[in-house]
Amino acid sequence: MLVLEKNSLTEEIEQLVNLHGTSRSSLLPILQDIQRKYKHISDFAQQEVARFLDIHPVEVYSLVTFYSFLNTQAKGRNIIRLCKTISCEMQNKESVSNAIERELGISFGETTKDKKVSLEYVSCLGLCDQGPALLVNEKVFPKMTAEKAVQILSELK
Amino acid sequence: MEKIKSKREGAVLFSDYTRGDAVRILSKMSREDILFEIKTSGLKGRGGAGFPTATKWMLAAASKSDAKYLICNADEGEPGTFKDRVLLLEYPELVFDAMIVGGFTIGATIGIVYLRGEYEYMLKSLLDYLDQMRKDNLLGNNILGNTNFSFDIQIKLGSGAYICGEETALIESLEGNRGEARNRPPYPVNSGFLGKPTVVNNVETLASIAHIVTKGGEWFKKLGTDKSSGSKLFSVSGDCESPGVYELPFGTSLEELLKIVGAQNTKAIQVGGASGICIPKSQFKRKLSFEDAATGGSIMIFNESRNMLHVLKNFMEFFVEESCGQCTPCRAGNMKLLEGVEMIENGDYKFSYISKLKDLGKTMQVASKCGLGQSSSNAFISILENFSEEIFNGVRGGKNGN
Ligand SMILES: Cc1cc2nc3c(=O)[nH]c(=O)nc-3n(C[C@H](O)[C@H](O)[C@H](O)COP(=O)(O)O)c2cc1C
Ligand code: SF4
Ligand code: FES
Repeated sequence: MLVLEKNSLTEEIEQLVNLHGTSRSSLLPILQDIQRKYKHISDFAQQEVARFLDIHPVEVYSLVTFYSFLNTQAKGRNIIRLCKTISCEMQNKESVSNAIERELGISFGETTKDKKVSLEYVSCLGLCDQGPALLVNEKVFPKMTAEKAVQILSELK
Repeated sequence: MEKIKSKREGAVLFSDYTRGDAVRILSKMSREDILFEIKTSGLKGRGGAGFPTATKWMLAAASKSDAKYLICNADEGEPGTFKDRVLLLEYPELVFDAMIVGGFTIGATIGIVYLRGEYEYMLKSLLDYLDQMRKDNLLGNNILGNTNFSFDIQIKLGSGAYICGEETALIESLEGNRGEARNRPPYPVNSGFLGKPTVVNNVETLASIAHIVTKGGEWFKKLGTDKSSGSKLFSVSGDCESPGVYELPFGTSLEELLKIVGAQNTKAIQVGGASGICIPKSQFKRKLSFEDAATGGSIMIFNESRNMLHVLKNFMEFFVEESCGQCTPCRAGNMKLLEGVEMIENGDYKFSYISKLKDLGKTMQVASKCGLGQSSSNAFISILENFSEEIFNGVRGGKNGN
């Protein structure tokens, strides 16, 4: 990372800390904001958050590795999560996952080379009556079909 | 995203209610009056454990502290459950009004909604709703001008961890830690969020309270069964014509439910989500209630074409992934059970070993630290026992299953 980028990330984290506060309870909201913007929480970001909150970096690391929506490694600009729990599976989830994999040329668990999209499976999204359910970044898409999913892919930035 | 379908119908939660109704009674009712109505209603927690709500509130009201908290558990992670989604999207007034009533009753000034990360898409509309409530002085200082009571509500997001629905793990998460369940006691009502007395209630429990305090405990108690009063939301998914959320009185039989949702050729119903039990056709006369077929709301229907071993595998994969990993019976046990399912799948197993795994499942039920490990072997045991013909002899719809 360039020194300049580091400085600006530090500044951003400082702003987040000002917004959420320095108590331990602020840690998760701060990390969620970093994750939302950068799609991962880098080693450097973890160290800076720890420094501002006056805790050991390993405390931050332990949180990032616990929650499935937080990650240490860079992912795609868009994260697509498909529900793999049984009700969605019974609603033909596989035709959706196959179509997405074919279209992007990667498998679930992977990120496209251009860093545009990461694919992940998730547990029940609370849309079991309208499956298969897809989460694209923060938005949900119920009643997915192969065609609709591919359409969504084509609209991603 | 979701269009609200035709008006929902139900005896309690989906009955008429105007925002603020439950809050307006605060100027007329004392804390004791409110506790009395809830006690009379016989309301038990809708989040799964079924603890009497009046007792929980009374304990929190009685504990002395400079600060107390009321938490709405909107983590809704149990596979097959989506009723809280409907309440939050279509009936937020019930949930928020009841939180105000709860704060007033136990003596808390801050309410926190713990919203699962998967539901972030609702966040903006919920925050806007809270803003509107502040403008109308339903929240804020001296609510409605004559109550001498101040209360506000915050929303905190989860980050994709089923275990954070367990109330002590939820509190850990709110405190900025890994969502690892705590030993109990102490119970949250004595030492919860930041060590202060804390009530954690499910979204639906709260929504029921909004109706109970306005219409009376007796009215609520008339519905349902002796031990399970009131009505309940059921999230129905799987093989049926009309999946969705249904409000039905406790005591409704599985058979009746199947008719209502238009299910045909049903061979099994998973009641209570992945941590619930799988009920075969021979037992469809059983009734939905705390004392019989208990569920936090999840009902998954499987017709004759489904492979029950495959269903079981899906549940076990879920638990292997979602165990917080803190205690051995659950962390290692779930992996062993999944391994066992895979052995059966590959035809590479001994009955003696499978029966040892069932014993392991029973050990997990008593030796695990929290509800996840205590219930994750339910599906393993009930599916292998109730569908043994199909699973071990390849007979679909055998004497048990059909
Ligand atoms: C693994 C696990 C997950 C849970 N998930 C939820 C949940 O998503 N929502 C919920 O309300 N309760 C959940 N519970 C139950 C809570 O621990 C707690 O009993 C409940 O929130 C209390 O509220 P109630 O008395 O209103 O039901 C879960 C329990 C366990 C063991
Ligand atoms: S039972 Fe499972 S989820 Fe609960 S504390 Fe133990 S390891 Fe964690
Ligand atoms: S099973 Fe996919 S959303 Fe619930």
